[in-house]
Amino acid sequence: MTASLSFARRAILVMAAALTVAAGAAHARDEAPVVAAASDLQFALTEIAAAFDAETGMKVRLSFGSTGNFARQIREGAPFEMFMAADESFIADLNSDGFTRNAGDLYALGRVVIMAPNGSTLIPDEHLDNLASMLIAGQITRFAIANPNHAPYGMRAREALITKGIWENLQPVIVLGENVSQAAQFALSGNAEGGIIAYSLALAPEIGPRGSYALIPGDWHEPLRQRMALLGAAGPVAEAFYAYLKKPAARAIMERYGFVLPDGA
Amino acid sequence: MDWTALFLSLRLAAWTAVILLPVAVFMGRFLAFRQFGGKGLVEAAVMLPLVLPPTVFGFYMLVAFGRNSPIGDLWQSLFGHQLVFTFEGLVVASVIFNLPFAIQPAQRGFEAIAVEVREAAACCGMSPMRSLWKVELPLAWPGLMTAMVLTFAHTLGEFGIVLMVGGSIPGETRTIAIAIYDRVQGFDDRGAAIMSATLVAISLFTIAITYWLSARVGRRLS
Repeated sequence: MTASLSFARRAILVMAAALTVAAGAAHARDEAPVVAAASDLQFALTEIAAAFDAETGMKVRLSFGSTGNFARQIREGAPFEMFMAADESFIADLNSDGFTRNAGDLYALGRVVIMAPNGSTLIPDEHLDNLASMLIAGQITRFAIANPNHAPYGMRAREALITKGIWENLQPVIVLGENVSQAAQFALSGNAEGGIIAYSLALAPEIGPRGSYALIPGDWHEPLRQRMALLGAAGPVAEAFYAYLKKPAARAIMERYGFVLPDGA
Repeated sequence: MDWTALFLSLRLAAWTAVILLPVAVFMGRFLAFRQFGGKGLVEAAVMLPLVLPPTVFGFYMLVAFGRNSPIGDLWQSLFGHQLVFTFEGLVVASVIFNLPFAIQPAQRGFEAIAVEVREAAACCGMSPMRSLWKVELPLAWPGLMTAMVLTFAHTLGEFGIVLMVGGSIPGETRTIAIAIYDRVQGFDDRGAAIMSATLVAISLFTIAITYWLSARVGRRLS
């Protein structure tokens, strides 16, 4: 009995010690500034950040998500140094409440596409005619867009569908992604006939080959005026990255991902 | 493979277990040995995280610890940064969310100790602390071990709260579960597959170790 008691006590000590060591394990705190970016920038911005690192030796950390969620998190004190929103209204609201350094800059105009995965019965066309006729024939089982309550690409998708006059008909089959990346994931996973996603995602090498797409007319929805701003906590690296985004090298990458650049900006 | 995210998750799990070990010992012992009015309510409160969706807790955390709250203000003035969207914030969330996983098994461990054994210890003149260390812990330790392993493994698997109050900041709040979610959205199926398989392996290994240890202890004690 004594042996087992001491074994048990030793075991508890060892367990506590091991956990303490694991918990305290040295961790080099990564001080690179964090950029919160709308998820339509997932591929373009990753490429730009790599080019920025190669050219200047400075690193930024990227966090992708829905613009609305980031705006909420910034209000609650999230330690982001820069915010690239998919819609400028979020920057304007943050700016009027003093969360951004200034009104920021327009960095791109976004577009939306209808995309269907390879093998889908849906054939994307720019005026959504095939979608409308298949919908009426009951041949659409699932159709994905980003959540229009907080994701700008979801709002624009909804507007385009309202313009086409099929928003109501689509309600029973619609699935909402938390952001436009997740909407793309849903649309192309093979469990849906397709969806409306960001043009920049459809142009990405990781996504393009998975299906076919058609660009929806830009005047079918409010423009996706994408604005960025430095936040209160921004340091020199974030400032440098912000400036880099306006340079030709970064602009060229944005253009390759289908981001129309604002005139004179 | 996102090693930073994996180590972050392991660190989070270890911190959660370290902090909850003493809590599990004293709360578990207290709930096992004491009878008092409202005990059922206390036990229910401890179990609450088991049934509440992480979104409820994530929402409360944003509101209670956010920029405009008294706790958030206090933390800000003490440490110079916000509690939410930091590693420390995840530890706080994780500790609260793992209370049932730590306290329940510990309580069962202490409840298994026969009352005569504790009375004998007291009759021999042992102080409560000495009795805890010499008699109760050695008998209750399989329960404590289970508590720590469940806490550790469950923290590795935590997703909902981290998504709501973390912000997916690499090296700070992007845990392995969040990294997998990000990879899936980034159409990096291979990366997601490797990380998922790693997590399955680690979790299986952790739990298998517990079973093996408790079987071993069972033999030694009998």
